[in-house]
Amino acid sequence: MNDATRAEVCAAAIADAFKDDGEIFGSPMGMLPMLGVRLAKLTSNPDLVISDGEALFLGGVPPLFAKGDVIEGWIPFRRVFDVIAYGRRHVMMGATQVDKHGNQNISAIGDFAQPKRQLLGSRGAPGNTVNNRTSYWVPKHSDRVFVEHVDIVSGVGPKRAKEAGIGASKYNDIHRIVSNLAVFDVKGADDTVRLLSVHPGVTVDEVRANTGFELAIEGDVPETRLPTLEELTIIREVLDPKKLRDREVPPVQAAAS
Amino acid sequence: MSSKPRDKRTSIEDVVASLEDGMTIGIGGWGPRRKPMALIRAIRNSDLKDLTIVSWGGADVGLLARAGKIRKLVYAFVSLDSVPLEPNFQKARQEKSIPEIVEIDEGMFQTGLLAASQRMPFLPMRAGLGSDVLVNNPDIKTVASPYPDADGEFEKFTAVPALRLDVALIHMNRADQHGNASYLGPDPYFDDLFAMAADRVFVTTEQIVDTAGLTVDTPVQRVLINRIMVDGVVETPNGAHFTTCTPDYERDEKFQKAYAAAAKDDESWAAFEARFLNGDEAAYQSAVQEFHAQEENK
Repeated sequence: MNDATRAEVCAAAIADAFKDDGEIFGSPMGMLPMLGVRLAKLTSNPDLVISDGEALFLGGVPPLFAKGDVIEGWIPFRRVFDVIAYGRRHVMMGATQVDKHGNQNISAIGDFAQPKRQLLGSRGAPGNTVNNRTSYWVPKHSDRVFVEHVDIVSGVGPKRAKEAGIGASKYNDIHRIVSNLAVFDVKGADDTVRLLSVHPGVTVDEVRANTGFELAIEGDVPETRLPTLEELTIIREVLDPKKLRDREVPPVQAAAS
Repeated sequence: MSSKPRDKRTSIEDVVASLEDGMTIGIGGWGPRRKPMALIRAIRNSDLKDLTIVSWGGADVGLLARAGKIRKLVYAFVSLDSVPLEPNFQKARQEKSIPEIVEIDEGMFQTGLLAASQRMPFLPMRAGLGSDVLVNNPDIKTVASPYPDADGEFEKFTAVPALRLDVALIHMNRADQHGNASYLGPDPYFDDLFAMAADRVFVTTEQIVDTAGLTVDTPVQRVLINRIMVDGVVETPNGAHFTTCTPDYERDEKFQKAYAAAAKDDESWAAFEARFLNGDEAAYQSAVQEFHAQEENK
């Protein structure tokens, strides 16, 4: 019997997003993405290059927020931008809003001229999305995050990239959106967000009800796979013994059914 | 006549006195890291107004915004990291108290500095295409490649305008009196680009050392700033406080928390200003020491 928690299911789904990337810079923003990328490096994709989130490429795979022992390179902020343009990078960013066409907003909520709520600013999202593979992580899936239209387009979805021309669309690659409920891509009809799998214990209707736009759904939607016992051991005993993951995605009772 | 290059040592007061209303000022460092905070505090306390601030923003932007110093802000983000959203910046945006807002992509920001440092009016890149960065900044144009790609298409790119600066302010771990300066932490940030994008450059530093001292215990590659880029050097120990100045000191998280909490309402902000900000740099540093002494006794 597999007693994986929701956070562990999410970590494995995030790891799967990086499994076919080969030898590139896997660049997670936030805790669950960091856990997922490190899990991928220890299982499906040992060629992944990971960093400490600051200025160093790590030779080993340390637990979350631990100091790395072996350093295999230098990646100060200025060189991150070089690698973005070079393209051998897959970033998983957060998203305060994502819309039907996979556009992402981390800039502000409301009118840009006078926002209701100012967020971080667009950071590197505009450049990431037209240069290297980009995925999104949403820890609290709701219709406030998954909206018909984002207020401000920071990250560019495939439809907008195509409309902006080949300079924008050539390397646009929105790969996965992983939430605490489900996994998506942006390969629905007319470049829309498509439901790929629902996490164990979650129904398709529940995802629909918490999404503010009509999802592309093709046929029967499978369950997101459970982490293997090897993956669970790595998560629990190596990468996150303090269960920091449960703070971002609390355990769900219903998932045990 | 001396056989040495000139001595550029100066003071916080003289640097700020040399600035003028309406200037475009670039601020080095990154978010809550290695910011020339002693100069920021002094600008906050000066009569300067209508400034254009170009910054990878942290509390530098927050402090100047709250003080009403900014007419135009150029940024890609403003954050304190452990406090993700900068409360004074948020307040300014939500109250629309900064007249002109230029929010661009991080890579565009670097490219804009690079263009300025190369005395180019712009440089092309992909970032911005398709995003609202180009919608919200309609003056940023695109440019077509004069060369076809492999499929014979002529790609269109963002023509990132140069971020030319009147003045750059940066903080380094060590400097000599001539303006050579080194960082000792893991990341140079973009301070050399800020310097080369600016007409005038002021370096504040933890410690002024002999030129030989710059490389006595660290590789020459860390000497990021050369004196050909620099107009003035100020020794300001703990001058990046409360941002990081690794390895001399890390971020003062306790103080940053107090800063963020105080920013939430006018009354506590006024008390914070009176306690920490309204005096000169020496008064600030001793108020910070007192703050920590009190925290320890709690």
